[in-house]
Amino acid sequence: KMATLAVRQSPVGGFSFENCKRNAVLEGEANKVGYSLPAARKTGTTICGVVFKDGVILGADTRATEGMIVADKNCSKIHYISPNIYCCGAGTAADTEMTTQIISSNLELHALSTGRVPRVATANRMLKQMLFRYQGYIGAALVLGGVDCNGPHLYSIYPHGSTDKLPYVTMGSGSLAAMAVFEDRYKPDMEEEDAKRLVRDAIAAGIFNDLGSGSNIDLCVITKGKLDYIRPHDEANKKGVRTGDYKYKRGTTSVLTKSVTALNLEVVEETVLTMDTS
Amino acid sequence: MLSSNAFVDPGKMKDYHYTGPVEHRFSPYSFNGGTVLAVAGEDFAIVASDTRLSEGYSIHSRDSPKCYKLTDTTVIGCSGFHGDCLTLTKIIDARLKMYKHSNNKTMTSGAIAAMLSTILYGRRFFPYYVYNIIGGLDEHGKGAVYSFDPVGSYQRDTYKAGGSASAMLQPLLDNQIGFKNMEGVQHVPLTQDKAVQLVKDVFISAAERDVYTGDALRVCIITKEGISEQTVPLRKD
Repeated sequence: KMATLAVRQSPVGGFSFENCKRNAVLEGEANKVGYSLPAARKTGTTICGVVFKDGVILGADTRATEGMIVADKNCSKIHYISPNIYCCGAGTAADTEMTTQIISSNLELHALSTGRVPRVATANRMLKQMLFRYQGYIGAALVLGGVDCNGPHLYSIYPHGSTDKLPYVTMGSGSLAAMAVFEDRYKPDMEEEDAKRLVRDAIAAGIFNDLGSGSNIDLCVITKGKLDYIRPHDEANKKGVRTGDYKYKRGTTSVLTKSVTALNLEVVEETVLTMDTS
Repeated sequence: MLSSNAFVDPGKMKDYHYTGPVEHRFSPYSFNGGTVLAVAGEDFAIVASDTRLSEGYSIHSRDSPKCYKLTDTTVIGCSGFHGDCLTLTKIIDARLKMYKHSNNKTMTSGAIAAMLSTILYGRRFFPYYVYNIIGGLDEHGKGAVYSFDPVGSYQRDTYKAGGSASAMLQPLLDNQIGFKNMEGVQHVPLTQDKAVQLVKDVFISAAERDVYTGDALRVCIITKEGISEQTVPLRKD
């Protein structure tokens, strides 16, 4: 029998399902001995949440990356869902933004229909049902937190639609650095200041040790009575001070051609609004 | 879904079908980041690099400068794959010694540049994954910069940026040192202090937008008095 001459190259284009069979076997084998396989990494973010004595605290960094270039040095990753529920988002920026806005809108209508303050479990259920419907194609990894009539709640939601209800969670490429801090110092029923310090330190670990995360630390403290959206809570990285002067004098950019088109307009109405310069 | 057949008999090894030979690949290279910059003046040269060593999304070291002193009048900046940077600088040091012992004189910057080109081309078919920039003083005491590609193509420049943030820095240097795209500006010769200030400022900007650049900046200033070094902190995120 002649040996096969053609060597199979890796397929080009489209989604490759080759590893799914292998992964399923590995997962089965690992689970039999009691271990679970590591989850896939999300890119460029550190977000986290913690449940403390009076409520929940959500934290996030503020760097948005496009490949390995910083696209936005101060973007907001803690999104509004309802007055008592906020959601941090990691993964594809457009997906986290639009998904949270859609659920926020639907939740507001739902709250008006029920006549009650929305519950975190409701937001969780709506988010997971939408993400599952899209089979993971919406790359949104979320940390959902809030306080409702049943107390404080914290969920982590994955792009494929699975959720975990936990006292402390981290997501994004800096999640390992942040979780290391949580696993070292988390205690149940912490005071607000201790919890804020813990979340701040967890995000800082992501900012300094993960290249995909950076800039400032945003915090959101949600309790029964009040909401504190602290942006920024900590300006952990300031831009270096440049000593040179790089202003361009008028005329530095050469004008090649100039054409002036007069617009023939007639004055219809003229009003004057004085500026309050007191 | 595809993995549902795994639940038929969980834990039992599935029978594999022979699908034919499949190519497996190991990559001998890895990218460790870093940015290098060199500027030549009338009687001085500056070689600067950031000190961050990274891989993937992690940082290996915050204090790994990419400038290596070759002679009293020449410094080389190497960025790219750190393993090849170390080996290449070792080879250059050895060759410098060999030249000194056989010719009884120190290699000039131009000679080192020509030699480096041949060393790099010698590995044309398994290149050193290194972006080199040599900065120093030529035989007449004037500042000289030589920039290379990974396989040895080189030329003498007035200024050059290399490494991960090179595409961000080079246009800025073209404008500020080369006076490109500017009208009616006096072409004043670059002084040493202005050059050092410019180098520090451009790295501050590079660290803002390039994730691989940061932690600290090492500036080596080469004059006929010798080589002086300065270290400036940069963003650590």
